[in-house]
Amino acid sequence: MSDQNLNAQQYWQANLRLILGCLVVWALASYGCAILFRPLLSGIHIGGTDLGFWFAQQGSILVFIILTFFYAWRMNKLDEKFGLEE
Amino acid sequence: MSQFTINLLFVGASFALYFGIAFWARAGSTKEFYVAGGGVHPVLNGMATAADWMSAASFISMAGLIAAGGYANSTFLMGWTGGYVLLAMLLAPYLRKFGKYTVPDFIGDRFYSRTARLVAVACLIIASVTYVIGQMTGAGVAFSRFLEVENDTGLMIAAVVVFFYAVLGGMKGITYTQVAQYVVLIIAYTIPAVFISLQLTDTFIPAIGLFSNHTESGMPLLQKLDEVVRELGFQDYTADVDNKLNMVLFTLSLMIGTAGLPHVIIRFFTVPKVADARWSAGWALVFIALLYLTAPAVASMARLNLLSTIYPDGPTSQPIEYAERPDWIKNWETTGLIKFEDKNADGRIELYNDTPAFKAEATARGWKGNELVVNRDILVLANPEIANLPSWVIGLIAAGGLAAALSTAAGLLLAISSAISHDLIKGTINPNISDKGELLAARMAMFVAIVVATYLGLNPPGFAAQVVALAFGIAAASIFPALMMGIFSKRVNSKGAVAGMLAGLISTLVYIFLFLGWLFIPGTASFANTPDNWLFGISPLSFGAIGAVINFSVAFLVSSMTEAPPKAIQDLVESVRYPQGAGKAVDH
Repeated sequence: MSDQNLNAQQYWQANLRLILGCLVVWALASYGCAILFRPLLSGIHIGGTDLGFWFAQQGSILVFIILTFFYAWRMNKLDEKFGLEE
Repeated sequence: MSQFTINLLFVGASFALYFGIAFWARAGSTKEFYVAGGGVHPVLNGMATAADWMSAASFISMAGLIAAGGYANSTFLMGWTGGYVLLAMLLAPYLRKFGKYTVPDFIGDRFYSRTARLVAVACLIIASVTYVIGQMTGAGVAFSRFLEVENDTGLMIAAVVVFFYAVLGGMKGITYTQVAQYVVLIIAYTIPAVFISLQLTDTFIPAIGLFSNHTESGMPLLQKLDEVVRELGFQDYTADVDNKLNMVLFTLSLMIGTAGLPHVIIRFFTVPKVADARWSAGWALVFIALLYLTAPAVASMARLNLLSTIYPDGPTSQPIEYAERPDWIKNWETTGLIKFEDKNADGRIELYNDTPAFKAEATARGWKGNELVVNRDILVLANPEIANLPSWVIGLIAAGGLAAALSTAAGLLLAISSAISHDLIKGTINPNISDKGELLAARMAMFVAIVVATYLGLNPPGFAAQVVALAFGIAAASIFPALMMGIFSKRVNSKGAVAGMLAGLISTLVYIFLFLGWLFIPGTASFANTPDNWLFGISPLSFGAIGAVINFSVAFLVSSMTEAPPKAIQDLVESVRYPQGAGKAVDH
């Protein structure tokens, strides 16, 4: 296998790891905090209701925004590092 | 100045703006028509995507849904935003690198199969046409309420406006009008929300007001709302949901469906580079979030406002007399979207939840049934009137609602017309068609699509509400998995992909039809649409996620039993994974 191929493969593996990490956070914020773990978080009060409600109507959306920008930033760095940018 | 003149002024000015932009951004080639020449700035594309995505449903209906359902309907907020995370990481950058014009383009090339391409075209057209009907009817409602024309006339005006700038400008014209429409709709949505938040909580930002104290009672707003709705026999606004599995699957279906909707995906073909596609998804989400973070505040505040209008001295005291009802109730009564029936003939408006559990209490108060029926969809449109806001705010809402409906309609029509002219005509029937010929075909396809959409809007099938579920189900079960496997697997071959798409599509359709009627014909449902009948408590609207799993499984299974894709296809997969050498959208 040539260096270039190896390089490309490492790049793709790094991308997959990054996606996996981001999707874990994505799922934890929405399906976790906002839905499944809401009863567990009911002790944490916020503005007249509980943390789970806040995650369902505000928090998860904020997490989604941070994730997409984080991913774009990390990937554009990876492109540079592996010399694959346009 | 009368309210009618003000509305006319606002709507007229916004339309003049759209026409001006459309004239300035005429499309001269197929590349401009399909992907706006491939040179749209990522922030502008984010804004256009937000307008493309936020339809009459987001602008008009969503806050009403949340107001009615409370916490349980947070699914729409998460589902319609979380899909962008999937889009940003799993689809957009790679499809941009692929660099062609349509979604079936990629599916056809990657799975080296005309059948796959045609299945994708069919899925795209069903999903987009069902979706566009809702936009046209939404625009019709907004026109009829604010410009005092017949519903049908309103719809015809909407069709002519869309026709003008979508046919003339293609993606290029649509992109820049969508940017303008985004600005109009977000201002229209935010200003009344800020006013109401100030009135109720003294907080400038609605999303923070939602978690602040209600000025009048000194209690937290949500606690106050819980208390008021409980007194009237409704479920607590913040109450938890028992069927968590269904809530998770419904949210997941909306997310996957969002990521798989072709009119959203093709927006990412318009940016110059792969890196721009990634940024653009983030910007789209920011612009969408401006509305989606405000919507839940609008929902709870509007519900509280509505109930305090009916029960000025609190829910335990007498409601207002019908004769003294405010003007906005009178206005909306004429549209039939608010209905009053004095069941106990006491001249007062008793609004409550007429359930067996509340029967004793209602009887004790001399109530003989709920007397006021308020259509959920009017909540956002009537909001400024309920809160006594100045009349220019109402004009703004009219322009905003129309911007939301028209921008989405235009995006959908483009997706439909490009699938017909590019994938059906150029890709299948007449590959030798010239660029000029294809451009003409695209414009004609757009014209036909508008005529069909208008016809369906004028004669809406009785199942308009269900078909939106259908659009998301199809996108989730057929298009999203095919695209994702095309990028992330080199092993999935044409047979696997076609089998997977068909399995996902058919299983989802069958499950929806079982409960909502075969082809939505009333009375043909095999089972009553109640949670007891649902398989494992999964509602037909939540089945898209299961359909996607079926699609993935069948595709991998069939592929593993048949030959691997040819080397050229594996190289194609390889090439979409790396940004290098993307260049501008391939001319072909």
